[in-house]
Amino acid sequence: MANDKTSLQLITRGILSENPIFKLALSMCPAVGISTTVMNGFMLGIAVLFVQVFSSVTISLFKNKIHPRIRIPTYTLTIATWVTVIDLALAAYLPEAYAKMGIFVKLIVAFAIITMRLEMFACKESAKDSFWDGLGMGLGFLVGMMVIGLVRELLGSGAILGYDVLGFKPLLFFILPSAGFFVVGLMMAFFNWVELFYKRSRRG
Amino acid sequence: MFGRQLKYCIIAVLLILLPTCVWAAELISQQKFTGKNEILLTFAAPLDKAAAKNVRTYMVFEESDPDIKLVLNEVILSPDGLRARLHFAEPLNTAKTHVVAIRDIDGKEKASVQVKKSYLGYLLSILISALLVNNFVFTKYLGLCVFFGTSKRKTTAKGMGVVFTIVMVVSAIMSWFFYQFILIPYDLNFLQIVVFIGLVSLTVQAVDTILRKVNPVLFNSFGVYLVLVIANCVIIAVPLMMANNNYNVVETFMLALGAGGGFLLALYLMSSVRERLDLANIPPTFKGLPISFIVAGQFAMAFLGFSGLQLF
Repeated sequence: MANDKTSLQLITRGILSENPIFKLALSMCPAVGISTTVMNGFMLGIAVLFVQVFSSVTISLFKNKIHPRIRIPTYTLTIATWVTVIDLALAAYLPEAYAKMGIFVKLIVAFAIITMRLEMFACKESAKDSFWDGLGMGLGFLVGMMVIGLVRELLGSGAILGYDVLGFKPLLFFILPSAGFFVVGLMMAFFNWVELFYKRSRRG
Repeated sequence: MFGRQLKYCIIAVLLILLPTCVWAAELISQQKFTGKNEILLTFAAPLDKAAAKNVRTYMVFEESDPDIKLVLNEVILSPDGLRARLHFAEPLNTAKTHVVAIRDIDGKEKASVQVKKSYLGYLLSILISALLVNNFVFTKYLGLCVFFGTSKRKTTAKGMGVVFTIVMVVSAIMSWFFYQFILIPYDLNFLQIVVFIGLVSLTVQAVDTILRKVNPVLFNSFGVYLVLVIANCVIIAVPLMMANNNYNVVETFMLALGAGGGFLLALYLMSSVRERLDLANIPPTFKGLPISFIVAGQFAMAFLGFSGLQLF
């Protein structure tokens, strides 16, 4: 199956129409768990982007050598290898950020989004297209995490990226861990509402 | 019949407890943690009040590092002089064994006792902590994909929870074995993730094959979810936490059991709510996932109430 999309289309698809967090509703755990600030979201997003791009390219390079029956274990091991790389690199060079993210960096290995992209895209397409697709999906995840982080940081501590913007703390509740569920739920509802509104206005 | 069994049980418990009473029948008859930064000592006979009130009479340290002496803030003596509450400047790590030594004025050691929680209590606290206080779904935010995916019906939720618990316990014990006897001796700690995820996939595959042969009916209802189990962070989180905290095999078992039970509990609670949500009149924008997230958020707030729960 040849891919007829340009690299730009592949990237925008990952960010907008097939956004991993808001549209596909995959990899929700970090979106709820550690998106308390923009910076946390950004760091984990970078880690996921790295793992997604490199495992996509690796699988797509070796796609003809992998027997279909053992493809899932192969994907898992490939992802685990790249997660180990980013885990050790972050622990060595950015120990502070690493400590904040805790166990979630290691848990990238179990993110459904990465395995799904390998299964649906990288095992069929060329390395170049897989690279762009991985980049798009990773960026989509990154943007999603940062948006949730932005909402929570702004509402919870009245700041963006650690800088005080509002000068007061509107709703302390939003930096509490359990607020992650509420924020994600409300944002999903918001996107649904936009979509419904758009459809209705086009019809009427 | 039942009464006699109960009597035997009580006698057995007393026999087990007896040596501890005899052993401690010296200067200090009882010692225990009574708070986050407090140890309660009960003396066999009243001490000299001035000496018993003096902070310098006591020397307290953790058994594992005797060089670090813990700082005492004050000692509160009960009016009859039999009980002393030692207040510490910093919270104690009550999971560790502490040694309290009592000295003369010239610094000679008169008596020393060990203060520790019972090991069974410690194991139970790991279980309770994984089950309620640090519930994997509502407090640690793990395994949400499966949590939202399979909590639509009570029956599937129950089945899924049971499958998860089994896979978790088996894979955690196996990972403990590999970690303790292969990864640590050969200094291969950096392979943690690769080894653990491999073991988890192996366990899932094994459960899949065994279930298919042994109980096809059960397989037909659970088989679909088994694939989901592999790509799930709850399962892989247990071995990673085991490696982080350096648990032994019994502690690992308790952690896995608590985590699995907590997941089962979360799935069951959520599915009971979602079965009713189907009948409720929800605004169209909130239908499906958004309302489930909000319900989960409310559960998470309720589970916040368990924080600080200490039974033992």
